[in-house]
Amino acid sequence: MWRYFGRKLFVYALTFFVAVTINWMIPRFMPGDPVRSMLARASVGNAEALEAMRAYYSSLFGLDLPVWQQYLNFWGSLLRGDLGTSVWLFPTPVSEVILGAVPYTLGLLVPAILLSWIAGNKFGAFAARGRWLDNTVLPVGYLLTATPYMWLGILLAWSLGIVAGIFPTAGAYGFALQPSLSWAFVSSLVLHWFLPFLSLFLVAFGGWAIGMRNMIIYELEADYSSYLEALGAPRRLVRRYAFRNALLPQLTGLALQLGTIVAGALLTEIVFSYPGLGNLILEALNNRDFFLLQGAFLFIVLGVLIANFVIDVVYVLVDPRVRVQMQGGAA
Amino acid sequence: MSGVSLEVSDLTVHYRTLRGDVHALEGVGFTMADGEIMGLVGESGSGKSTLGKSLIRMDSRMRHVRGTVRLDGEELPIGDQAAMTPFRYHRVSLIPQYSMSALNPTRRIGRMIDELLESRGVRPASVRAELLRRLDLVGLSGQVLRRYPIELSGGMKQRVVMVLSTLLDPSLLIADEVTSALDVSTQRAVAQTLVEFRDRGYLAGMIFVSHDISLVNQIADTIMVMYAGKPVEKGTAEAVVNGPRHPYTRMLISSLPEVGVTHAERRLEGIPGSPPGLLDPPRGCRFRERCPLAFDKCDQEPPFVEVDRGHWAACWKAG
Ligand SMILES: Nc1ncnc2c1ncn2[C@@H]1O[C@H](COP(=O)(O)OP(=O)(O)O)[C@@H](O)[C@H]1O
Ligand code: SF4
Ligand SMILES: [Mg+2]
Repeated sequence: MWRYFGRKLFVYALTFFVAVTINWMIPRFMPGDPVRSMLARASVGNAEALEAMRAYYSSLFGLDLPVWQQYLNFWGSLLRGDLGTSVWLFPTPVSEVILGAVPYTLGLLVPAILLSWIAGNKFGAFAARGRWLDNTVLPVGYLLTATPYMWLGILLAWSLGIVAGIFPTAGAYGFALQPSLSWAFVSSLVLHWFLPFLSLFLVAFGGWAIGMRNMIIYELEADYSSYLEALGAPRRLVRRYAFRNALLPQLTGLALQLGTIVAGALLTEIVFSYPGLGNLILEALNNRDFFLLQGAFLFIVLGVLIANFVIDVVYVLVDPRVRVQMQGGAA
Repeated sequence: MSGVSLEVSDLTVHYRTLRGDVHALEGVGFTMADGEIMGLVGESGSGKSTLGKSLIRMDSRMRHVRGTVRLDGEELPIGDQAAMTPFRYHRVSLIPQYSMSALNPTRRIGRMIDELLESRGVRPASVRAELLRRLDLVGLSGQVLRRYPIELSGGMKQRVVMVLSTLLDPSLLIADEVTSALDVSTQRAVAQTLVEFRDRGYLAGMIFVSHDISLVNQIADTIMVMYAGKPVEKGTAEAVVNGPRHPYTRMLISSLPEVGVTHAERRLEGIPGSPPGLLDPPRGCRFRERCPLAFDKCDQEPPFVEVDRGHWAACWKAG
C-alpha cells in the first residue's frame, strides 16, 4: 500500500517539477526583453514608480546571472513562498494577490464538483429505473455535457440575470459593500455566487448522470446481480449493490475530468467577472503580468494534483479489490 | 427415491427477439422423482439453460407461452416474477454457470450472505452454525466469510456458491454447466460434492446440466437428452448410456471414445449437420434432417412416450 502511494507521490512530484520548470521558461525564453515589454504594457503613469519597477524586475530576472543560477534562484524563492511581485497590482506580492482570489475559485469549484457528482450519480441511478425518465434524462444530460461552459454561463447570465433580473451577473458582491459578516454582505455574496456555480454545476451534472445511468445498467446485468435475482433477492438489494459498484468508475471519471472542470471554472469566472483565479489570469494576460500568470498556473497545477491525490486515496479506501491487490503486492 | 417431486408438462417458452419468437422450449414434459439427480445433456443451443431458467427465473426476454410446472404437488407460477419470488432460493435454487463472478466483488462474502438471507426473511444467526458446518464440509474455513471474492481462488468461490445456493435445503437445485470452466479432476470433485449434498438432504432433487455425458453418467440417476428445444429421451443413466432408444442419443453415445473412461475431451460433437433454427422450427421430428433412420412418418411429430419402464423416447422407431 505504501509503495503504491509512494509511487503516486513520486509521479505527482515529477509533474509538479515539470510544470514549475515550464512555467519558469515561458517568460524567459519569449522573444524580446520581458522586462521592457511588461513595463510597456503596465499602465503605470508615475515615472518614479516605473523606475522602481524596472530596477526591481531587472535585478529579479538577474539577467546577468547564468541561466542555471536563475533557475535555482527561482526554485529558492518559490520554496520560500515568494512568487515575485505583481506588475498589474505593483507592488503587491503575487502570492498575496493569488491568495485573495483562491477562496473565490475554491468556493465555486468545490461545491460545484461535489454537488454535481453526488446529485448526478443519484439522478442517473434514478433515471435508469424507468423508460420514461430515461428517455427524458438522457437527451437533457447529453445536451448539458455537450454545452461549453462559456455558453451555458452566458445563457444563464442573460436569462436569469439580465432578462429576469433575479441574479447579479458580475463580481462577487455588490459594489457598494465592504467584506464583513453582515447579513447584507453575505446575502449579496451568495446571490453573486449562484449563477457561476449553477452553470458549472449543470454542465458537470449532465455528465455524471449519463455516466451513472450507463454504469448502473451495466452493473444490473452483471453476473452477481443475476445470481441475486435468481435467488429472489429484492430489487432494492440488487440496486444497492449495483449503485455502489457503479460509483467506483465514476470516481475514476472524476479524477480524469478534474482538469476540464477547473478549466471550465476559469472560463466561467471570466464570463461572470468573478474575482477568482480565472479572472486573475485574464488580467495577468492583459497586463503582461508574467509573475501573476506563473503564480496562478502554479496554484492551479498544485490544486489539481492535490485533488487527484485525494481521489486516489479515496478510491483505495472504497474499492476492496484495489486494496486487496495492493496488500497482496506488498506482502 | 419415492414419489414424484417435479412434474413438467407441455412447457413452452419463447424468446422475444426483433426477428420474431425463438421457440427455445416446445411442449417439454417430464417428471423427476424425489431425490433424483437428473443429468440434462444436449448440444449447445438445445434449450438446457432455458429449461433451467424457466424453473427459477425467466429473464425479461423470455415468455411463458403455455405449460405447467409442479413442485411437490404445488404449481410454480413460473411466468409471474413476483409470485415466483417466494419459491426462489427457499424451494428452487441455482448454481450458475458463472460461479466465479456470482459474488458481489465489493462486499465481504459473509456480509453479502447475511444481506441476502435477511432479504429472504431468514435470520442469518439462525443458519450460521449450519453455514460454517457446510463450508467445513467442502474444505473451507469460516475465515472465507471475512474475505472479498477476489481473495479466493476460482475453486473456492465455486464451493462458496455451492454452499450458499443450497443453504436453505431447496427441493430442486439447478446446476447449469457448473463444471465447464474447471479442469477434469476438479469437475469430478464438484460433481461428487453435489451428490453428497443430496445424500445429506441439503437438496431434494437436482437437474445437473452438462454437455459431458460421461461426467453426467458418473453422478446422475437419470439422464434426459434434449434436441432443438425438446426432450428426445429420458431414462436411468444406465439405460440411456447402454441402451439408447433415440437415434440422436445413439449417435451421441457412439461418438464418445469409450464411455466411462476418464478423458478430457468428450463433448457432444462429431454428428454431421446442425440442428434446425428455432425462429421457425420445422414441423414433425426436429431431428429428421440429420437422422439416418428418417422415413415418411417422421414429418409428423413423434410423441414422448414410455418405451420401457421408466424409459421415455420421442421417435417413431423407438417403440
Ligand atoms: N436471450 C436470448 N434471445 C434469443 N434467443 C435465445 C436467447 N437465449 C437463448 N436463445 C436461444 O434459445 C435456444 C436455447 O438456448 P439455451 O437454452 O441457452 O441452450 P443450451 O443451454 O442448451 O446451450 C438457442 O437456440 C438460443 O439461440
Ligand atoms: S422420429 Fe424419425 S426422424 Fe425423428 S429420430 Fe425417429 S426416426 Fe429419426
Ligand atoms: Mg446453456
